[in-house]
Amino acid sequence: MTATLKRVLLGEQGLLVIFVLAFAVVSLTVPNFLSERNILGLLQSVVTIGIVACTMMFCLASRDFDLSVGSIVAFAGMVAVMVSNSTGSIPLGLLAALLAGTLVGLVNGVVIAKLHINALITTLATMQIVRGLALLASDGRAVGINDPTFYSLALSRFLGIPTPVWIMAALFVVFAFVLNRTVFGRNTLAIGGNPEASRLAGVDVDWSRIWIFALQGLVCAVAGILLASRITSGQPNAATGLELSVISACVLGGVSLAGGRASMSGVIVGVMILGIAENVMNLLNIQAFYQYLVRGSILLLAVLLDNLRTRALVRR
Amino acid sequence: MAFLEFSDISKTYPGVKALSSVSFGVRKGSVHGLMGENGAGKSTLIRLLSGDQRADEGEIRIDGNTQAYASTRDAFDAGVVVVHQELQLVPELSVAENLRLGRFPARGGVVGFRALFEEVGRVLKEIGIDVDPRARVSSLSIGERQMIEIAKAVMIDARVLALDEPTSSLSSRESEVLFRLIDRLRQAGKVIIYVSHRLDEIFRLCDGCTVLRDGRLAAHHETMEVVTRDRLVSEMVGREIADIWGWRPRESGAVRLSVQGLHGPRVPEPASFEARAGEILGFFGLVGAGRSELMRLVYGADQPNGGSVALDGAPLALGSPRRSIRAGLVLCPEDRKADGIVQGRSVGENVVIASRRHYSPLGVINPRREASVADRFIEALRIRTPSRRQDIVNLSGGNQQKVILARWLSEPGINVLIVDEPTRGIDVGAKAEIYDILYRLAEQGVAIVVVSSELPEVMGISDRILVMCERRIAAEFKRGEFTEGVLLAAALPDRQTPQTAAQRA
Repeated sequence: MTATLKRVLLGEQGLLVIFVLAFAVVSLTVPNFLSERNILGLLQSVVTIGIVACTMMFCLASRDFDLSVGSIVAFAGMVAVMVSNSTGSIPLGLLAALLAGTLVGLVNGVVIAKLHINALITTLATMQIVRGLALLASDGRAVGINDPTFYSLALSRFLGIPTPVWIMAALFVVFAFVLNRTVFGRNTLAIGGNPEASRLAGVDVDWSRIWIFALQGLVCAVAGILLASRITSGQPNAATGLELSVISACVLGGVSLAGGRASMSGVIVGVMILGIAENVMNLLNIQAFYQYLVRGSILLLAVLLDNLRTRALVRR
Repeated sequence: MAFLEFSDISKTYPGVKALSSVSFGVRKGSVHGLMGENGAGKSTLIRLLSGDQRADEGEIRIDGNTQAYASTRDAFDAGVVVVHQELQLVPELSVAENLRLGRFPARGGVVGFRALFEEVGRVLKEIGIDVDPRARVSSLSIGERQMIEIAKAVMIDARVLALDEPTSSLSSRESEVLFRLIDRLRQAGKVIIYVSHRLDEIFRLCDGCTVLRDGRLAAHHETMEVVTRDRLVSEMVGREIADIWGWRPRESGAVRLSVQGLHGPRVPEPASFEARAGEILGFFGLVGAGRSELMRLVYGADQPNGGSVALDGAPLALGSPRRSIRAGLVLCPEDRKADGIVQGRSVGENVVIASRRHYSPLGVINPRREASVADRFIEALRIRTPSRRQDIVNLSGGNQQKVILARWLSEPGINVLIVDEPTRGIDVGAKAEIYDILYRLAEQGVAIVVVSSELPEVMGISDRILVMCERRIAAEFKRGEFTEGVLLAAALPDRQTPQTAAQRA
């Protein structure tokens, strides 16, 4: 009995099993959890984390780290709103935001890959620089959206489901494909497994790393646009601490911080576990401060589980 | 009466019976060789002895007492120390600190350095290791570090020492110093289990030896008196291997690889050489002679300062492994673990990592094609793995080496293959298989450059040998011209200047 339990929990799909169990328990015990309204709200609440987690997964899988995501999200949101307001064209604003995000990511990537500066330090620096730019742009104030079409972006629905959730789902599919079925994705995992051996096997390690960070910037900009649209303004202080939530979600989903191991399904589960925990506590009217305790505890438990699983694998 | 006894030891891993009822004993004050092909069960046995894992059945007895230890710590306390290939020293600390790590002589938390250095100095002197206890470990040669690791065992008064391939990264001179240390430990009454693939070392050192094959005891020799080399080899592989080199004559064609005046950070003097189609060109030299460094420049793993490389007459862009591969020049690196295998990835991925680009239009991979390529090479090279999905770190050294070879064989149109230490840490049976792969490639017109520190190997498989000494190419010999004597003479520096001594250290 315990042996079977162990095998199920420590197996490939252990996290998924736990997730399904937790979901079942929560559905049965927490009133209103399964209502359509609540589930849609839940999905909408994880859009930012979910979108950014897609590329953070690549970052971690290649043994890198990106702390600047929260700042890029806020900065891109500001750019989108301010450029839209001043030019009167929303497409132009969105394009500017996407470019700005990609540019920051590109800078991260070039500094890390070509100048060989540690990713933690580099992105710690850009995190502050970009946050500073966002604050400077509006003198620290929130900038309201002039054209209501912009915030209908987040409010619009397709088949009854909010557009941002569709976008998140689409990105999940795209990045699952990129990770598993493209040379770029496989090389990312190989770099995480052993960068030097990958280089000697002909993998263009520098180029891959630059791309990973540039993609991360682009995807953060997407998240930033959607966030600005949802809160109907560009907020220079938006998404503070996002980097930690996103990394938590990835680690929860079995992405190894030592690189070389990642799966999209795991990351999705990780994102959902964090979202459900928060949602359930809201439904149960638990004071928001407790959420920090719960999130931290979940993360610790997940890492413990992962540790046990790795050891079980090594024994084999 | 045996001091260390293995009695009916069995150990099963999921899917593999690693050891089945292995029993033998080792006398006090003797060096006992443990031999066998990769996967024969040596590592498992050592792991059980070190307390890292527990046997499913059977017991280990030391001095008549059954050992029931459950961790390496327990084994340590029982006086059993295993010195692994990967050394466990802290490079930033001094020799003395390393030797007393966790047990510093201290008063009120303050380390008594004088006492520490004195004590360690005395012990080192006693066992004949000529190293300053104040020296930082990072300043020592690999050979010296190996001795320090053994000294660590002596410091805790170990009764049983297991040495796992201790000479695999040592020069012959360093090895000799190590052997003298082992001789001294034998006289001091220790039991030493000596794991090695090198037969000459077994004959030089061991009082007796045990051969494992497929997890079973294949032979146990109390003394080495009547044992011959050939007998040991056949016991290890379970069949007769007449000539493990199996060299066969072959035609060599036009020049494929031409290196002119290549020099770089660790190869100061410009080096030039050529390799022809169908030729196996050996590179011999002492450890530190600059062979691997030169090969890394040729391949583009390191950026050269000057010189040129041409493949079939066409100049090669230097400093990029990617471009070298695309031009048909590939390298199997010396350090498999650091530069060869991609840990955490499957055997299959490790095979196709470079060649998949040929059938991945727009960067989208073709899993079915990858699987068939991987399976084909796993079969063709007889790579022993449960499946292509197995994580490569779980394979033995020989099989990992074959995966790296498969990586390049799956690349269509390679012209030049450089293999650095093709069989380091690999057993006899797999060695013969790897040589055979090299011969077949040569017969297909590939130019092959083999770097090796093992004289018999270089002599056994090369058509021509270049000898490097002190970072330059010192001599050239054709097959028929070379003997152990002339090769060694060319590899040894003329005079022992202080500078060369420092370089080797």
